[in-house]
Amino acid sequence: MEHITLLLGIVIVTALVFDFTNGFHDTANAMATTISTGALKPKTAVAMSAVLNLVGAFLSVEVAKTISGGIINEDGLKTEVIFAALVGAILWNLLTWLLGLPSSSSHALFGGLIGAAVMSMGWSSVNGGTVVTKVLLPAVAAPLVAGIAATLATRLTYKISSRADEKATSKGYRAGQIASAGLVSLAHGTNDAQKTMGIITLALITGGVLNPGANPPMWVIVSAGVAIALGTYLGGWRIIRTMGKGLTELAPPQGFAAQTSAATAILASSHIGFSLSTTQVCSGAVMGAGLGRKGGVVRWSTATRMFVAWGLTLPAAGLVGAGAELLTKQGTWGIATTAALLIGGSAVIWSLSRRQPVDHTNVTADEIGTPGATGADAEPAGVVTTAIAAVTPPPAGPVATTAEGTATDSDVAADVQMTLSPASAASATAVADSARPATV
Amino acid sequence: MKIDWAALGSVFGVSLAVTVALVGLFTLGIVGLSKQEQAREARAAGGATAALPARVGAYACFALCAAAVAYGISLIVV
Repeated sequence: MEHITLLLGIVIVTALVFDFTNGFHDTANAMATTISTGALKPKTAVAMSAVLNLVGAFLSVEVAKTISGGIINEDGLKTEVIFAALVGAILWNLLTWLLGLPSSSSHALFGGLIGAAVMSMGWSSVNGGTVVTKVLLPAVAAPLVAGIAATLATRLTYKISSRADEKATSKGYRAGQIASAGLVSLAHGTNDAQKTMGIITLALITGGVLNPGANPPMWVIVSAGVAIALGTYLGGWRIIRTMGKGLTELAPPQGFAAQTSAATAILASSHIGFSLSTTQVCSGAVMGAGLGRKGGVVRWSTATRMFVAWGLTLPAAGLVGAGAELLTKQGTWGIATTAALLIGGSAVIWSLSRRQPVDHTNVTADEIGTPGATGADAEPAGVVTTAIAAVTPPPAGPVATTAEGTATDSDVAADVQMTLSPASAASATAVADSARPATV
Repeated sequence: MKIDWAALGSVFGVSLAVTVALVGLFTLGIVGLSKQEQAREARAAGGATAALPARVGAYACFALCAAAVAYGISLIVV
């Protein structure tokens, strides 16, 4: 740990912050359906997911050798480029969390890397073909693969269990769902914590602290695992709400089918070598399970907003990454400004989120007053949802109507833009806010 | 740009087959267990006892599912 420069220190901290946002952004993947079908209590679910993420971080020894998997040319990648990329990825993760939209953390990181690399070394540093095969095509394929499997599995399970007592079977379904969710958490811990370890290790190698080809030191493994577990335990309740309640209403058989198809698709894709985004697989599985039940509905307005967010992930994180790289290129004051803007932007997003907080107490709010409402079909729930949407301010996101939602999007975007632009006023806010470290 | 259609296709096929098979097996298992409970109630009421085969079948289904989960964990670890 000798000779860690200030920039290197900032990169390590930023990478851990990204790891943390990755954790709370992706809690929903494993636990949203588990929470919404009532298989586990919200706090228990995130605690279990956090523990499995932590375990997962230590399970695999194969640390990601590259950050981007060949999307950009990583030879001569400068430390500040990694920093700029992380800034883009973190801000996009926080913004989509504020809007309650599940979007891929890895794609946000890729976007930030592309933007920062282009700003630093020009377009030739980006491998366009790999972008298509590793990001765009999987984004289309993931929801289809998991969705079709979940639809068929839901149909099958309803058919087989049609003559059995619903009360007796739903207990079994919940148990099965917990097992599938555990597998997803474990896989997430191994994949995504490794990614952060890879980033930190690469930064240490670039900074000359480690020899090329060295394994990550123990403190890197521990801190990456702890950061992702803490993020998971905090729970991205807004996203959990969208996935568990916003996209469709899930009964225990559907939740089981969705989670099993997600776990299978994730393991199959990482094993066979056509990597799919965990978030997109899980969202697709939830929608598929929603369609598989007779009378099941998918709220396409929410789904559309989610698809739009997927499409914007790469360019948006890329733009922020490019802007951050433009600043960091200016030298020490640029890096300091970028760090201040990151903290300021995070603070703004966090304070916006307090306007309409979603936490473990109201994450499945539709069900409050009707405990165990597995029979509550889409129609009555829809009425409740609309009522909630009418009384809540738009940032609640998932259940807001499309018109309100769009307005919020642009509002928030404008706010964030303002914070990001290096105008003196915005800088002042950022500096004032930088005394609040808990906001990341 | 080379798109690995074979890998994509096998991810699709494997996900579909394994998901449907697992969900089907598990559902058979829980239906079997609930049948067993029904049978026990029926026996208490003086009816026929067909509990054993249902229970054995259910446990066989769960064992297969547990094996699949164990294989999944081994895929994650290795």
